[in-house]
Amino acid sequence: MATQETLRVDPDVGEVLLRVENVELAFGGVRALNNVSFSVRRGEIFSIIGPNGAGKSSMLNCINGFYHPKTGSIIYKGNRRSRIRPHRAASQGIARTFQNIALFKGMSVLANIMTGRHLKAESTLVENAFFLGRARREEFDHRKTCEHIIQFLEIQQYRKSIVSTLPYGLQKRVELGRALAAEPELLLLDEPMAGMNLEEKQDMARFILDVNRQKGVTICLIEHDMGVVMDLSDQIVVLDHGGKIGEGTPDEIRINPHVVEAYLGVKQGEEA
Amino acid sequence: MTYVIFPNLTARPTDSQVAQGIKSENFRRTALYQNCAPTATNLSAPGGGGIKMDERSRDALDTFPKLLIYHAQQRTDHVAMREKNLGIWQTWTWGEVFGEVRALTAGLAAMGLKPRDRVAILGDNRPQLYWALMASQTTGAVPIPIFPDASVDEVQYVLSNAAVRFAVVENQEQVDKLLSIKDRLPTLEAIIYKDPRGLQNFAAPLLHAFSTVQARGRDYLIEHPDFFEEQVSIVCGDDPAVVLFTAGTTRTPRGVVLSYSNLLETAKRATDMDCIGEHEEVVAYLPMAWVGAHVFYYCHGMLKGFCLNFPESSDTVFSDTQEIAPTYFLAPPRLWESFITKVDMRMDACSRVRRKLFTYYMKLAQRLGSRILNRQPVSFGERVQYAIGDRLIYAPLRRQLGLQHVRVAYTGGEAIGNDIFEFFRAIGVNLKQFYCQTESSGFICHQRDCDVNPDTVGPPNQGVELRIDEHGEVLYRSPGTFMEYLNDDAATRSVKTKEGWVRSGEIGVITESGHLRIIDRASDMIRLNDGTEFSPKFVENKLRFNQYIKEAVVFGDGRSSVTAVVNVDFDVISGWAERRNLTFTGYVDLVQRDEVHELIRAHIEAVNKELAVEPHWGANQISRFLILHKELDPDDGEVTRTRKIRRHVISERYAEMIESLYGDDDTTYVEAPVTYEDGSKGILAANLRVTTANIHPSIGKAG
Repeated sequence: MATQETLRVDPDVGEVLLRVENVELAFGGVRALNNVSFSVRRGEIFSIIGPNGAGKSSMLNCINGFYHPKTGSIIYKGNRRSRIRPHRAASQGIARTFQNIALFKGMSVLANIMTGRHLKAESTLVENAFFLGRARREEFDHRKTCEHIIQFLEIQQYRKSIVSTLPYGLQKRVELGRALAAEPELLLLDEPMAGMNLEEKQDMARFILDVNRQKGVTICLIEHDMGVVMDLSDQIVVLDHGGKIGEGTPDEIRINPHVVEAYLGVKQGEEA
Repeated sequence: MTYVIFPNLTARPTDSQVAQGIKSENFRRTALYQNCAPTATNLSAPGGGGIKMDERSRDALDTFPKLLIYHAQQRTDHVAMREKNLGIWQTWTWGEVFGEVRALTAGLAAMGLKPRDRVAILGDNRPQLYWALMASQTTGAVPIPIFPDASVDEVQYVLSNAAVRFAVVENQEQVDKLLSIKDRLPTLEAIIYKDPRGLQNFAAPLLHAFSTVQARGRDYLIEHPDFFEEQVSIVCGDDPAVVLFTAGTTRTPRGVVLSYSNLLETAKRATDMDCIGEHEEVVAYLPMAWVGAHVFYYCHGMLKGFCLNFPESSDTVFSDTQEIAPTYFLAPPRLWESFITKVDMRMDACSRVRRKLFTYYMKLAQRLGSRILNRQPVSFGERVQYAIGDRLIYAPLRRQLGLQHVRVAYTGGEAIGNDIFEFFRAIGVNLKQFYCQTESSGFICHQRDCDVNPDTVGPPNQGVELRIDEHGEVLYRSPGTFMEYLNDDAATRSVKTKEGWVRSGEIGVITESGHLRIIDRASDMIRLNDGTEFSPKFVENKLRFNQYIKEAVVFGDGRSSVTAVVNVDFDVISGWAERRNLTFTGYVDLVQRDEVHELIRAHIEAVNKELAVEPHWGANQISRFLILHKELDPDDGEVTRTRKIRRHVISERYAEMIESLYGDDDTTYVEAPVTYEDGSKGILAANLRVTTANIHPSIGKAG
């Protein structure tokens, strides 16, 4: 895979796109997140890893406004915010996929991806009802964007298939497509490869890299497959029991004793 | 935009004139194409001072570039190519294709492409790659199409063997292949890619984008406005047009050099026989490195000027074909098989009434359909019955398969099972067989309308002479006989005799009605201990007719009985297992299940029963079989890219396994090499069951 390495562009080191500062989150007496801080730079692939129940998904939910941290703040594109609704986060350029696929199962692949364009629609209800000028133009533009995404993700043959009839790995791809339709700056992926076989994982890894390199989308990723994480990520943060126990590049994480102990167990060298 | 619906027919030279190279005065006078197209006069004018041209070929339409100009003049606004992109069929008219090719030609020349250079063309069927074929031929260079799924080693073999200087490729996947071996290809100077995806940020001195080459060409054309027309007039019919590599079923692939007249003479005779015209719709989905596809799409298309439709991706061929509803259709046997599998799968899920109806009318069709197509006498009552069946079953079925407008359909490249062949003729698809080799530039034999005998490949194409030598081998001589093998004079001499006869390497007979019947490759024939000789392909085709069996290989050379190794069709059989609530973890697990073995055994015994009643075939019943735990794959070298079985590879690699088919054990340990998608290799090991099948007393032995 020598050529892939050369294809790699250095992440634009410098501008911090998202900064999480001392975030704490609790559900009753359970502390889901405990004083977590990290920064995601523009253009990088950033991974959050940790054992089950470490608070990874909670962290993503805080970032896109689904949960509201008890203390601490989230700074996105320089704007500090404490409470934000998910749709506001989406309109600011944060899109996400879910651990358990959250698509409209009875709709076609194309229709699902078109829903991702919802926020980009500006035409009014009346215009849409009569399919007048602006609504018509918009519909064409949206369809074109979606078709580019379908081509990008190589799902042309499923364009008109009903989502529930597709295998799991493809549904994941469709979900990624819907997130991309919103043309996000920051893409949150919650276990994009869970339950996939090796071939599907390779495809998905390829797509994630392409999204990052070609579309310039910053990616924040939760993943259990350590091979994938180590191969894809520029930066990794490790959570355990709601607290941050390590941060750094894949090479640094590999040799970080806390991480090795808490996450990888005693078997060193398992990580790749 | 206005469309010329009826081109000026009087101005069009007749097809015989086209092929014979007689210039048509009408054609010269009606050179309508104004902007960038040349006039016919400067086509025929010697381009520059030093250009020498054969007098006869000057005005003839004897090369593809000349045909391109002809079509650009005659049917400027007619659609020449369609490609489905972003869910919509995008079109190029002949005028537009001409402009694109002209720019590309100039671009390639500006980059230093010279006559007799070789240009590799690597990728799925895309209009741009067809333009690259035309453009390299215009400069006098010789294009070499390569199978898009060829491995790195195969690509390297072709490129170094042919000393390729330029490569026009589809996408990053193919660029990666070439870059990984560029150190071993000293002659390679430029890689031109069509699809920039994944390559934008990638700088390598060899790489050029297709669009930049064309832009460069447009600049070049400003300085040299007559460049294209000069180039076109240099090349004539006897020059090499293309190098196609053989599939390499029995030996390493060889590059076959074919001239323009080889291809065009053969194509002309074949298309005239089928009345192929400019209004055909053709779906160009088979790899252009295969001679059949090259001839059908490129040669016939350029000769007749019909429209080529390129599917969106290799996965959407089926639905895209449905949308286009082609009138002239080519498919290899495995695709026809997969059509039937599709029908069977759908029928399995139907209600009982529908199934009954289907079975009843299919029986009727099998009795009448092919007789009606052959214009044999059929009583009025039967015709009425068939017409009802057509309304209820056959027409909807043809529509579902996208075959409703097919006027002429062909199967070729491999022998087709009789049952499969008859199925399509029964439902009213005019399916015919043809016999071709890369060395023959296309059709050697093809079946004629109304005269189709499923056991033969039909009478020879016009202009082809056939001969069977004392060993039973088929020899042919025709205007399409290839020029030579690339860099291999010894091989050329061994295959092509002094008198121009070509050894086909296949055993065949000519029937009383003058049709050729191909039996099998001479080297594939199996001879049992008791001296009976038979063609394994015949038995394998019978096995493959079953929807559950994807591939079968039969053994028995020098043995006392016949055994088989079977590949099951995972899609079909996993559906079958689901309906029966069988649990399984994957392919390897499923194929070892008792139930699956029972299912396959039942089918093999049915085939044995059929063999028992056929004359001469009683001794060739299958006594034992196993189901292989991996699919035979071209990446592992077990089948060719056109999915022909490489028997010698299989017999060597699985020697132990074949031995145990002749032993007494119920299981055998098999290690099979596999190549994964990313090119890494591994070993897939399993204990496989060997199942014994019942043999029926042979009834037809005496015959």
